[in-house]
Amino acid sequence: MLDRTSPARVAQPAARAAHGDLKTYGIGFALSLGLTILSFGAVMGGLVPHGMMLGAITVLAVAQLLVQLVFFLHLGAAPAQRNNTVIFVLTALLIATVVSGSLWVMHNADTNMMPMQMTPERAMSKD
Amino acid sequence: MFGKLSLDAIPLEQPIIMGTGVVVALLGLTILGLITYFRQWKYLWVEWITSVDHKKIGVMYFGLGLVMLLRGFADAIMMRTQQAMAANGAAGYLPPEHYDQIFTAHGVIMIFFVAMPFVIGLMNVVVPLQIGARDIAFPFVNSLGFWLSAMGAGLVMLSMWVGDFAATGWVAYPPLSELGLSPTTGVDYYIWSLQISGLGTTLAGINFVVTILRMRAPGMNLMKMPVFTWTALITNILIVAIFPVLTATLAMLSADRYLGMHFFTNELGGNAMMYINLIWIWGHPEVYVLILPAFGAFSEIIPTFSGKPLFGYKSMVYATAAIGVLSFFVWLHHFFTMGSGANVNAFFGIMTTIISIPTGVKLFNWLFTMYRGRIRFHTATLWTIGFMVTFAVGGMTGVLLAVPGADFVLHNSLFLVAHFHNVIIGGVVFGCLAGMSFWFPKVFGFTLNEFWGKVSFWCWLVGYWLAFTPLYILGFMGMTRRMNHYDHPGWQPLLIVALVGVCIIGAGIVSILIQLAVSIRDREKNRDLTGDPWDARSLEWSTASPAPFYNFARIPRITSLEQHWDDKETGRAGVRVAIFEDIHMPKNTAAGFVIAVFGFVLSFSLIWHMWLFAAVGLLGMIGTFVVRTYNRDVDYDVPAPTVARMEAERFALARKAA
Amino acid sequence: MNIITTTLADAPARAPAHDLDHGHDDGSNTVLGFWIYLMSDCLIFSSLFATFAVLAGNFAGGPSGRELFDLPYVGVETLLLLISSFTFGVAALNMYADQSSKVIAWLAVTFLFGAGFIGMEIQEFAHLIQEGAGPGRSAFLSAYFTLVGTHGLHVTAGLIWLAVMMHQTWRFGLDGVVRRRIACLSLFWHFLDLIWICVFSFVYLRGVL
Repeated sequence: MLDRTSPARVAQPAARAAHGDLKTYGIGFALSLGLTILSFGAVMGGLVPHGMMLGAITVLAVAQLLVQLVFFLHLGAAPAQRNNTVIFVLTALLIATVVSGSLWVMHNADTNMMPMQMTPERAMSKD
Repeated sequence: MFGKLSLDAIPLEQPIIMGTGVVVALLGLTILGLITYFRQWKYLWVEWITSVDHKKIGVMYFGLGLVMLLRGFADAIMMRTQQAMAANGAAGYLPPEHYDQIFTAHGVIMIFFVAMPFVIGLMNVVVPLQIGARDIAFPFVNSLGFWLSAMGAGLVMLSMWVGDFAATGWVAYPPLSELGLSPTTGVDYYIWSLQISGLGTTLAGINFVVTILRMRAPGMNLMKMPVFTWTALITNILIVAIFPVLTATLAMLSADRYLGMHFFTNELGGNAMMYINLIWIWGHPEVYVLILPAFGAFSEIIPTFSGKPLFGYKSMVYATAAIGVLSFFVWLHHFFTMGSGANVNAFFGIMTTIISIPTGVKLFNWLFTMYRGRIRFHTATLWTIGFMVTFAVGGMTGVLLAVPGADFVLHNSLFLVAHFHNVIIGGVVFGCLAGMSFWFPKVFGFTLNEFWGKVSFWCWLVGYWLAFTPLYILGFMGMTRRMNHYDHPGWQPLLIVALVGVCIIGAGIVSILIQLAVSIRDREKNRDLTGDPWDARSLEWSTASPAPFYNFARIPRITSLEQHWDDKETGRAGVRVAIFEDIHMPKNTAAGFVIAVFGFVLSFSLIWHMWLFAAVGLLGMIGTFVVRTYNRDVDYDVPAPTVARMEAERFALARKAA
Repeated sequence: MNIITTTLADAPARAPAHDLDHGHDDGSNTVLGFWIYLMSDCLIFSSLFATFAVLAGNFAGGPSGRELFDLPYVGVETLLLLISSFTFGVAALNMYADQSSKVIAWLAVTFLFGAGFIGMEIQEFAHLIQEGAGPGRSAFLSAYFTLVGTHGLHVTAGLIWLAVMMHQTWRFGLDGVVRRRIACLSLFWHFLDLIWICVFSFVYLRGVL
């Protein structure tokens, strides 16, 4: 995968495979549009119960991210795209670490520190 | 128009600063005068400033690191002197506001403008040669990255005489670094010098990742890559991942300072702890950015001077990768005391102790490589052995600090200061200096003087232990870091010992300068005509010393991990290439330098709130870049006959030597 | 010695000179490098998102997202950006079909939609600041302005780049360098759409919950 291959030999088929055609862009556009409308509809039109709204937005956002990655950015498992895909997956893991780690650390600090007086039992139960 | 800048910004009342200023100015004028007298401006411009040759850029990075090492060391010796004097009611000679700037500048300079340039310089010189490439992936970006870093260093230096530097400690925690508590331009100097050099570092990181992934010689798959290149790959992946976090964090701090926002303030909902969290998401992987290439250098030096292949190549690679991954899960150990609960502290404490395992694997690999080897005690070998002893201790004190309970006692004490100097001096500095003595002939074509190299090593080793062992003890005695003066009579003797140690390190630094001078003087005597002065094992030693600007007349085909060694064993090394081809090379460009100069203007203007000049700087940067994209004449072909002639000259010399 | 002779003899046949060249025109290296840059840019945004998430409830007595955000307005912004992503796709397809004048036209269309988005964002920001909900009002608003504004700055940079590429396509035609740059710009433009998906979901929609 990471082996050095002759650019001349790889670039041509790769380019063709990686840039899609009008149909893929059209499908991507339609799906994105639909998912966007669903997201806004869920919140503005109250399509989902309030408690599940954050979950619904998150699922729709992730779905749309995947749609755009595949149809617009042409990520995939084909050899020519694999490099970019692997790098993207690593980045996504890293982002998950940074964001969730920060939230965990800060939330934990908040619950531990906000009340000025706290018994050890309460601190433990908040952990 | 000039914002906050006026003549008052120059601290005329400070004799130490102005004295230094006069010396530096005289020195600078002398150098400029000499360059003019010997008519070397054109040479400098053509051969260095506009050069896109990775070896020259590497040398410039190293030079930048050496110059800044002198500055950072001057700060160190001033602090040590102050602490040796200011006991029991004595005030010492440095007033607190100046002392605070010195310890901040010392940390910033040593990490960003000494260690980073050393490491990036080393990678610049070595990586393309080791993977059999003629250059790195984006030569212009390489030049741009260097000059941005240099401009950042320039800003820090300038802060000494125009305005002041941050007095906040090297990571500038808010709310102290917010406008309310640091109203002067010190923190702004800090922010913009790091932003501009951080941009340069990110560019370098991207460049090296692409170079290593895409430009290896045919046949060199990932598991045939030398360990130094492996460490460089992981280091640069880390750089690309973490420097953006630093950029974002500092940008938010500047939004607070410039636009009245409330990210990290005490008022209106700001949360200073988020800054601490973010800066260490950058900060912890950063120390691995620094140490991994040093590990890589040792992994090249030990097999060479032991006459044996590296023990456990695969485990070395996996250990490097494991360190890279784990380094993202330990950041909280820098602030165990911030107030997170037991679960959080336990998680990060355990991860921190786990990360010492792959490091231990490496140490044993080096030991087993030396075991029953025919060891030659070259300067580089001495640095390596000194590193193994020193770094092992530093690692163990690190594991001690990883225990949250112990950290609550030792946090912000001199024990911590001793620990990170232990790993950074004993690891990064020793590694870079070892790398310098090892790869110097590949760049300049002559070896460094051994005597002064060894003197330098012994001074550094003895000086390090004398300077920092007392700090470990003082940490246990309860002395906190960054103290301007203290009332505890028992501390003073130890601090005097530490001062003596720093003076010995100073002798080590002077020895390096003498070593360079003596080596340049004796260069004809110490020419390396073989290209392989140490009987080494990897690809960079198969080409001439100094390596020609195209590195390899023919790109080698790789069939084994130690290609050059195997070629020597089978008699294939040093065979003249029979068929030459045109070599495609990038042209020099001034664009990197010009963009960086505009970057300097932009940063300096932002520091002083000179908005008009800031706009000029920003437009200049963008404009120069856009203009550069219209230049279609960015590379050229070296004709085959020229290559043939250069190679013939090299072989004639080598034969004469033999 | 046999080995050397054979290596030397058959080498040029096996590997033409330009294969060995580390050609700096080689588009795939640049696109990979640019992709890595985009990933590092992702980390900038993830730091900003993390900060926004931490500070999202810190209104400091000031207005909250529920009071400030105008979802239909944001919906139109989203639509503009999404359409511009599609039109860029059409421009890219025309590039592969060697239709340089169509490339310029579709890049221009993309530019207009992008500029419309930026215009709306500036309008939105101006409106908020007028209402006294500027970035200095609370930590929540600082994080909001910085996150959305950083995306906006990226789009602005994209607009400048679009303009330069229209001119370069006109001046140089669709040569290798221009194609490579349009390919990078295409990645950049779609990437900004990805970021915007996260912005409208986790800043605006979540903000009014």
